[in-house]
Amino acid sequence: MVDLGNLAEQLTAYGAKAEDDGFLFEVNTIPGDVDVLQVVVEDRDELPIFVSASESQLLCIAYLFRENEVREDAIADMHRAMLASNVPMPLSSFAVIDDQYVVFGALSVNSGIEDIVHELETLASNAADAIEAMQSFLK
Amino acid sequence: MSILEKIFTAIRGGAREIGEAIVDNNSVRIFEQEIRDAEDKLNQAKGDLTEVMAKEMQAARRIESLKAEVERHEGFAAQALEKGNENLAMEIAEKIVELQSELDEQERARKSFAAHVERLKGMIKKTGKTLTDMKRQLVMVKTTESVQRATTAINNNYASSGSRLLSAKESLDRIRQRQQDLDDRLAAGELLKGELEGENLQAKLEAAGIVSNSNKQAQDVLARLRAKKAD
Repeated sequence: MVDLGNLAEQLTAYGAKAEDDGFLFEVNTIPGDVDVLQVVVEDRDELPIFVSASESQLLCIAYLFRENEVREDAIADMHRAMLASNVPMPLSSFAVIDDQYVVFGALSVNSGIEDIVHELETLASNAADAIEAMQSFLK
Repeated sequence: MSILEKIFTAIRGGAREIGEAIVDNNSVRIFEQEIRDAEDKLNQAKGDLTEVMAKEMQAARRIESLKAEVERHEGFAAQALEKGNENLAMEIAEKIVELQSELDEQERARKSFAAHVERLKGMIKKTGKTLTDMKRQLVMVKTTESVQRATTAINNNYASSGSRLLSAKESLDRIRQRQQDLDDRLAAGELLKGELEGENLQAKLEAAGIVSNSNKQAQDVLARLRAKKAD
């Protein structure tokens, strides 16, 4: 099981070290039933990534929009577009959690910090691309 | 119903209360217990397998030595007959019957052990597969639960801080704004670069005496005034 507090420190340190050629991270811990990290990747503050850990997986989720922001007549087309994008989109996939459309990536809890950083950077970029790509289906 | 179907049905049903578990804790505990039982069964079967395989090998060794004994005594019996010692030959023959009977018994035992080994191997393979499958399903349940609890934590956090997740429109606006800022910065950079290059050119032209600089122009004015006064 990943210690999220430890991960938060590692991410912040990694971001600071990579200031010149990498991305900076702003990491906050959201307390709750399970701990969740809110990670803001530099220049992507509108799409924070939420990281949670279960026994076997590290889940990174970016919330895109709610169901009620989608045009009723475009839902089926949007779902098709999402399914079609899932394979080409690197490391991330579209999903629905309650009434929220999301992109997410799952990592093994044994992943190294470099893998996690790569996942977060890719997910942040994918999320921004996804919103732009899906805007024609939105109200 | 498979675990994935249960999760799917529960989510599609949508009648859940916020925070209500999709698969209740009690059935998760029962499922975890089933996994532990299957693991125990697997370990037990592996222990049994070692034991039965050892017995099979013992029987095989015993069979080999009994066969050698039978052969040896058949040799003895032949020699006794050659020497015309019927009584001894009869005694040896009785011994051979005894050995043969034990040999048959050991053969039967070995067959039975071999069949048991096959059964155990099959069971271990099947239990192993079932166990892997059960663990994979448990991961699904636990991940679903974990996502649910994380979502609750995120929503509560937004609610308590008075903020919320952005709508797609707001996110897009921000993405565009940032793109615009970046474009503006790049454009400003280009402009500045152009101006600096322009200044350089001016300086070069002045140095070459092709255009006059402002100092030279002022001196020209003064020279003109002086010339006028002298008139």
